Amino acid sequence: MAEHLSIIVKAIFIENLALSFFLGMCTFLAVSQNVKTALGLGVAVIVIQGITVPVNYLIYQYLLSEGALSWAGYPETNLDFLGLISYIGVIAAMVQILEMTLDRYFPPLYNALGIFLPLITVNCAILGGSLLMVERDFTFIQSIEFGIGSGVGWAMAIAALAGIREKLKYSNVPHGLRGLGITFIIVGLMALAFMSFGGIQL
Amino acid sequence: MASNKAKDVLFDPVLKDNPITVQVLGICSALAVTTKLDTSLTMCIAVIVVVAFSSAAVSLIRNHIPSSIRIIVQMTIIASLVIIVDQFLKAYAYDTSKQLSVFVGLIITNCIVMGRAEGFAMKNNPWDSFLDGIGNGLGYSCILLIVAFFRELLGSGTLFGLQVMPDIYATNGLMLLSPSAFFLIAIIIWIVRTLRPEQMEEA
Repeated sequence: MAEHLSIIVKAIFIENLALSFFLGMCTFLAVSQNVKTALGLGVAVIVIQGITVPVNYLIYQYLLSEGALSWAGYPETNLDFLGLISYIGVIAAMVQILEMTLDRYFPPLYNALGIFLPLITVNCAILGGSLLMVERDFTFIQSIEFGIGSGVGWAMAIAALAGIREKLKYSNVPHGLRGLGITFIIVGLMALAFMSFGGIQL
Repeated sequence: MASNKAKDVLFDPVLKDNPITVQVLGICSALAVTTKLDTSLTMCIAVIVVVAFSSAAVSLIRNHIPSSIRIIVQMTIIASLVIIVDQFLKAYAYDTSKQLSVFVGLIITNCIVMGRAEGFAMKNNPWDSFLDGIGNGLGYSCILLIVAFFRELLGSGTLFGLQVMPDIYATNGLMLLSPSAFFLIAIIIWIVRTLRPEQMEEA
């Protein structure tokens, strides 16, 4: 139990995808103008991340890794190099499927998340999550936990940034720093704050 | 005239229309590799190669791509190129590729590559697209190398792994951690926008 908890806490706080790996920065900076849209995007990322990381785990374990095809009678095949193209394909397909499912069965949710879903395909946090999962040799359960945990961490970071940026409207920022510049500084300070979680022993 | 245009296409993105400071593209995967100059240099070359060839390839087949599936077609071209680069690095520079870990793969989702394929290559001929790709790659490399230069110099007191700072300089560990990259980018943006006021945002 403790080890499962440790993976989740680590993915959310200590190794936050956005703040310590710089993943998903483009969307992170572009869609953090207000809290409501940021939360919508955050939820979409949690869902997609929670689905794609385990699915990519299965694909890696049973199709791509060395010796993975032994169940089909090809024990010596190693399709490792096809990894990148398969993961991005899975992500694009999952986003499409989720979009259609939501549209058909949960129209209110689709209307809320709709515009963000295509954006997620090119979000590095999603692909990064899958690649980190492969690199760290997780088990299936761990990959689910990592997927959801890292999604939650990312969502939390973007919601917090959006909150700060909303308050920022009232402050007088130097001209050259307005917009992008000050946002980078805020993200830097947030990353600094999140580093304080680094000392947690799990 | 023709050569003038080629020059503009090649050099505009480096200063005037830099993909990082102006268009906010492609910072995603890049910053984590900037703790050392040599890894950043590898990353820059990889990105330039991928952007240039993917733009050229997309531009070559631009008249045959149905617009409804163009994103996935571009994605496939980019992913294939990234796989080639990744395999090449694994074969000839194994140590560097270990250090870059997942970030070579993340070139796929680097917004610069997609952005240039979608924004420029779909409308222009292959040669211009190729130059535009190289130009944007160079603009991106500029920022990346500046950040890496300061992070390695102040963080470990070295450049390309060689001792530069005198021994009495106490290395600043914060420069090796993620927040410093954000601050450095912010400072670069500040300087660029102060020098070129037309890039300022009203916000």
